[in-house]
Amino acid sequence: MTKIIKILGTGCPKCKTTTALVEEVVKENNIDAEIIKVEDIMEMMQYNVLSTPVLVVDEEIKIKGRVPKKSEIIELLK
Amino acid sequence: MFNWIQNIADWLVFDVLQLEKGQHLAEALNFFIYDTTKILLLLFVIIFLMGIINSYFPIDKVRNFLSRNKLYGFEYLMASLFGVVTPFCSCSSVPLFIGFVKGGIPLGVTFAFLITSPLVNEVAIGLFIGLFGLKMTTIYVVSGILLGTISGFILQQLKLERFLTPWVKQVLANAQKEQDAFIAEKQTFQERLPIIWEEVLNILKGVVPYVIGGIAIGGLMHGYIPEDFFEKYMNKDNLFAVPIATILAVPMYSNASGILPIVQVLVSKGIPIGTAIAFMMGVVGLSFPEAMLLKKVMTFKLIGIFFGVVTLCIIISGYLFNLIL
Repeated sequence: MTKIIKILGTGCPKCKTTTALVEEVVKENNIDAEIIKVEDIMEMMQYNVLSTPVLVVDEEIKIKGRVPKKSEIIELLK
Repeated sequence: MFNWIQNIADWLVFDVLQLEKGQHLAEALNFFIYDTTKILLLLFVIIFLMGIINSYFPIDKVRNFLSRNKLYGFEYLMASLFGVVTPFCSCSSVPLFIGFVKGGIPLGVTFAFLITSPLVNEVAIGLFIGLFGLKMTTIYVVSGILLGTISGFILQQLKLERFLTPWVKQVLANAQKEQDAFIAEKQTFQERLPIIWEEVLNILKGVVPYVIGGIAIGGLMHGYIPEDFFEKYMNKDNLFAVPIATILAVPMYSNASGILPIVQVLVSKGIPIGTAIAFMMGVVGLSFPEAMLLKKVMTFKLIGIFFGVVTLCIIISGYLFNLIL
């Protein structure tokens, strides 16, 4: 099943790093996933988060407020 | 406490490089090596400590605490104190603001947090200890906390809710004391450590170039500007110095790491400490990029009032410092 990965962020450097990392992981491991960048604050607030970037996998908040490590992302997408 | 670093710097400059004592270049280089080593070490320690506190006390907990508890007027102080231990990234300011409003936290209390959080942060504290010593650091931290508390209180009295953007007003109308399914991460210290460590390295990586650049420029100035150079222009009796320094500082968005080492040299050359602190608070506490982000949730009028009140409080504290120190 295709995983839906959402990255919530207002466009700060940390958010961009996170997006790049996720894209890398997905590519390198041939993971079937769709990556969506959420930059709209209204949509972001539906997830009730206070700090960005936020990594959401299949509508579940996995990591918030920090850039995840590559190994962490792989673990989350398994 | 830092003698051993001075010894290393002396050894490098005078023994290894064979430079002559008393030479401008030698003294500047010595100062640079000593300062950089000391400050990077302090930054590392402080950022690490703050990282540990923050891991156990994330922003969600802060919000829930402020939202749930009746604090009888102490909420401004509490929000301000929380601001110290919570690292602040200006790009998170909008979600944070909305999250607080949604949780039914009064606007003034939210402002108290938003003011102190960037003003008193781990990088500023680390640099302050290294450059100005513990006494000055305590003064800076305490006054930063008070500044947030008092500004927050004043802003609350102004009833600014009407100046929020329409969609935020909507959020405000639906605000409720939460609720929230925030589940504290139950992790052992061993599980937290790698995450904290990663953050420490990230923050250090971000500030090190500025710190080194700032100290290098400071070092050059230290060696070449004569003592008491500024005394003539910026002495304590010059009434305009504090407001001018503050207003100049607000649009500057150098992160503190670059500016602080330079300010330290200026102080050693005769700029009054109150004027310098006002300047630093202006640089660290308020910035245009932050204002642009806040535009999503506030009207220009509200941003203006917010910045105005904080600037005024900074100017007043600058005068106070010049009076008492």
